[in-house]
Amino acid sequence: MIGLIGTKIGMTQVFDDTGRLVPVTVVKIAPNVVVARKTADANGYDAVVFGAFVAKKTRVTKPYAGQFPEGVQPTKLLREMRDFGKEVQVGQSLGAEAFEGVRFVDVTATSKGKGFQGVMKRWGFGGGRSTHGSKFHREPGSTGQRTYPHKTFKNVKLPGHMGSEKVTVLNLKVVRVDAAEGLVLVRGAVPGPRNCTVVVRSAVKKA
Amino acid sequence: MDIIKKIEAEQLRETSDFKVGDTVKVLFKIVEGKNERIQAYEGLVISMRHSGASESFTVRKLSYGVGVERVFPRNSPRIEKVEIVRYGKVRRAKLYYIREKVGKKAKIKELLGGRKPMGAKKVEA
Repeated sequence: MIGLIGTKIGMTQVFDDTGRLVPVTVVKIAPNVVVARKTADANGYDAVVFGAFVAKKTRVTKPYAGQFPEGVQPTKLLREMRDFGKEVQVGQSLGAEAFEGVRFVDVTATSKGKGFQGVMKRWGFGGGRSTHGSKFHREPGSTGQRTYPHKTFKNVKLPGHMGSEKVTVLNLKVVRVDAAEGLVLVRGAVPGPRNCTVVVRSAVKKA
Repeated sequence: MDIIKKIEAEQLRETSDFKVGDTVKVLFKIVEGKNERIQAYEGLVISMRHSGASESFTVRKLSYGVGVERVFPRNSPRIEKVEIVRYGKVRRAKLYYIREKVGKKAKIKELLGGRKPMGAKKVEA
């Protein structure tokens, strides 16, 4: 499973091989430096630790810098990728070329924050009618039963904060990989605003 | 945003210089299994939308008395060629009113003497 850190650049449309116009999200894969490798013997699982976006020297504390091996510049972001398919060495840098030949990917990012939202937007409740004397418009309605159980159960869908959460979109088709520019063009939308950090990995549920 | 602009610029193709109101013949490549053939679609350009890579135009024609409209992406690699059959003299950007017109009212005046060439659509490097 190949997974790398990148930045969402934005959306556009491109023509694919068959001449169809497809909507794509452009993801720029940052140079991902291998910071460490975890092995089943030493750590109980296999993983590769990647660092992306080189940090300013003044922003790095000594304890934080300590986890980076010699010759590797401390980065703002560290992500572990479990069971990385490719053989990599510490200090090696990976880019978009790693996704060549990959047909489908999953993209993980923090979604756009929507603030405090009601049940209609947050949970897709139907709401009531607006006219004909209706006094029930966008309310959540009943949240429980009667004297028994005498409480509102946990996890009842209510208004609250929406968005700004980790979202993974599965099985997005890779339309194009531009290794020279470090770009991966993925069909469809990807969570998060422009210039947000995303993690792109080869699809888990689709070959 | 520069990356997006660059990708869009790569999509642009040299296209012929038609406008809304012109009658055009679109030679469109159609893939049937393994074969590829070219189908001609002739009609009136009633609208042009967007710009850049996703620019599109709508061509309307009457097929056995039934109005047919087809939208083509202007930069599509499947468009072999767009031939201008007749220049039209129109005063608006969208000719949607023509859908409700029949007979002589649905006709567009011809722009006699043709139009000054504006030069082929610029392809940014």
